[in-house]
Amino acid sequence: MIEKAFHGGKGYWIWIIFLAAGTGMGLLAYLYQLKEGLWLTGMSRNVSWGFYISQFTFLVGVAASVLMVVLPLYLHDFKAFSPITVLSQFLTVGTLAMSLLFIFSDVGMPMRILNVPLNPTPGSMLFYDTVFLPGFLLLNLIIGWTALGAEKRRAVLPPWVKILIYISFPWAVIMHTVTAFIYAGTPGRGFWMTAIMAPRFLTTAFAAGCAILIVLSMVLGRLSSFDAGEKAIQKLTTIMFYALIIDAFFLAVEYFTAFYSHVPAYSETFRYLLFGIDGNTAFVPWFWLMNIAILCAIGLLAFPGVRHNHLHLSIACIVALCGLWIDKGFLLVPAAFIPNVFGRIMEYPPSWVELTVSLGIYCLGMLMITTLYKVTTAIKRETNVRR
Amino acid sequence: MYGKRWVIPGMILFVALAAFPFYWYAVGKDKPFPQLEMPKNAKACVEKTPFMRANHMRLLDAWRIAVVRDNLFVYTAASGKTFEMNLHKTCLGCHTSTEKFCDRCHTYNDVTPPCWECHLQTETASKGSAS
Amino acid sequence: MTISRRKFLKTTSVSCLALAAGPSLGHGYELLELPGRMSKGPEELKAKRWGMVVDMRKCDGRCTEDCIGVCHEIHNVPFIPEAEHQVMWLFQEPYENAFPDRSRELVSKVLKNRRFLLLCNHCDDPPCVRACPTQATFKREKDGIVMMDYHRCIGCRFCMAACPYGSRSFNFRDPRPYVRKINPAFPTRRRGVVEKCNFCQERLEVGKMPACVETCKKGALVFGDLDDPDSEIRRILAESPHVRRKPELGTRPSVFYLF
Repeated sequence: MIEKAFHGGKGYWIWIIFLAAGTGMGLLAYLYQLKEGLWLTGMSRNVSWGFYISQFTFLVGVAASVLMVVLPLYLHDFKAFSPITVLSQFLTVGTLAMSLLFIFSDVGMPMRILNVPLNPTPGSMLFYDTVFLPGFLLLNLIIGWTALGAEKRRAVLPPWVKILIYISFPWAVIMHTVTAFIYAGTPGRGFWMTAIMAPRFLTTAFAAGCAILIVLSMVLGRLSSFDAGEKAIQKLTTIMFYALIIDAFFLAVEYFTAFYSHVPAYSETFRYLLFGIDGNTAFVPWFWLMNIAILCAIGLLAFPGVRHNHLHLSIACIVALCGLWIDKGFLLVPAAFIPNVFGRIMEYPPSWVELTVSLGIYCLGMLMITTLYKVTTAIKRETNVRR
Repeated sequence: MYGKRWVIPGMILFVALAAFPFYWYAVGKDKPFPQLEMPKNAKACVEKTPFMRANHMRLLDAWRIAVVRDNLFVYTAASGKTFEMNLHKTCLGCHTSTEKFCDRCHTYNDVTPPCWECHLQTETASKGSAS
Repeated sequence: MTISRRKFLKTTSVSCLALAAGPSLGHGYELLELPGRMSKGPEELKAKRWGMVVDMRKCDGRCTEDCIGVCHEIHNVPFIPEAEHQVMWLFQEPYENAFPDRSRELVSKVLKNRRFLLLCNHCDDPPCVRACPTQATFKREKDGIVMMDYHRCIGCRFCMAACPYGSRSFNFRDPRPYVRKINPAFPTRRRGVVEKCNFCQERLEVGKMPACVETCKKGALVFGDLDDPDSEIRRILAESPHVRRKPELGTRPSVFYLF
């Protein structure tokens, strides 16, 4: 099946070369970081986690969102999702590969990374991520690939794949919950230490995942004969809409606790993000942009006219994604270190090396996803023709 | 066979490339085993020489874990002699030059343990402080 | 019998994987059975839970450069010029930064002008230990010291996020060029690992008090066994009101402040 990825038009190959070049650039930047050390990043003794760990968090969320497709399909027999199921699973494969690379780029001693499985530590939340992430990647690759093979041969799914699918339901939830627990269990970082972190992670994950899937379906519809089906798109939109509303509600609840209780441990970081403290305002515009984007996306999606016009729907999805990415993929991690444990404001700007490495990882992930989607669309076209 | 024209030469090329170190480095003469400079202040190492030659790294690893994790400090060898479990005091106390002992054998065997990234011997230390 | 190319590739790759995985699973990380035996040092200072009292009534903050200097010199702590990448085992902070959770308003002049000596609290319930995914940092049950195994640390910095006291430093740069005077008896660290105060574990095992305690001429630093009701540290704590940093977090620090 993989041979299908080697047959494409001019545009396909230009896109592949573009992504490969981006990956190469990221690799060069990573080698530079490996040689020189992490001082090349914007991280410091005050803000000890930054852009890499933020991307890891955001992408694990996108990966977990596969649940919103397989659950309706396999548990509630919502047949309209069957064309996009494999796409969703392959999206998970790509995003998890990126997440793992982001962890790898962040550690100071990458050559010692095997110390994690060699010294299994059930007390550490990071340990669970190193178990659940590769596991979920494999699970989705196997399920997606087998399902695609079955589709090609016009056969039914083998029963063992069904079992794997049922295993993947709780797996997705647990995987993203332990990611939230990395943050929700740290004493002294009031911004993170909130029980709503895991629920909020899941809602933002489902919203972001559905938004990306909608956009990808539109793009694939333009580039190939792939058709997600209007019913599937509308269902994804509904899920995203409610996930966004719940997320906004969770955020509002957080604001209330922080600002009504007046407890500095909970309110200081929010105060910094909303208004800045002592003239330090680097994150303030971003934070406002995040809130506005989420509210705008909710507002746009409330109109049936927007939901049913593909162009408008794509714009609403991109607006939502901007908000969700700024929240989880940019601010959530470094902001918790501001103010630092000494009550000082030490800001965090990501460095060029950090951004280039991240860009490279995104390119590599998209390269994987492109390849897998090429195979998927090619096989879907074949089966459609035969039909 | 399908694609015979490409597959068979491809396989031969692959084997030739994969086996590269065997035929490339196998040519030439054996390098003589390096001369190690033995300590002058001691006749025997912590344990017998064959054991040390084969297992010094594992002994050091076990020592480190014992010192760091279990507050142990003294090693009583099979011979009954006691030693402080300390790389600097005990090992480098006798093998004063790592260059003339450790490195010679490590270079011969083409291994590069990262010991000296952190641990110091008195000679390199004096060099370091001068700079 | 004919097999498809797909099946051939599948079978070959799975068997190759099994061939590679088999031996590596069988011969994992195992320690050697040594011919000798290991025991405690005869001189070792013993305690169930080491702790420290920093008496700010005696420490005027003027000579703290001495104890910090000695600590950093014997432990080869690098002096990194840029503040954001600094490595610190023993350090100073003003009252409102050392105790940011305590009242900052109308602070008495005495406190406001003091620079508090800070170090790893060697917590009884250390969050950094809980966070570490490799047990590179751990609490020794025998003496309560929170230790680092620099050979095992992968540099993920989860411990730095978990530590509410800022006691942990990451080696963003190769530290060795920044060590002012190298003490060969103690290793330096490598770039990419986290480090912190070790309560002078290497001195306790040969019967010496921690270097900062020994350096302080004013007797402002008292080191002893918090588990021994007859120890001097327990007597001081029983007599004087004291505080610990951020006690509300439940970490139970082993470093106490009197002022």
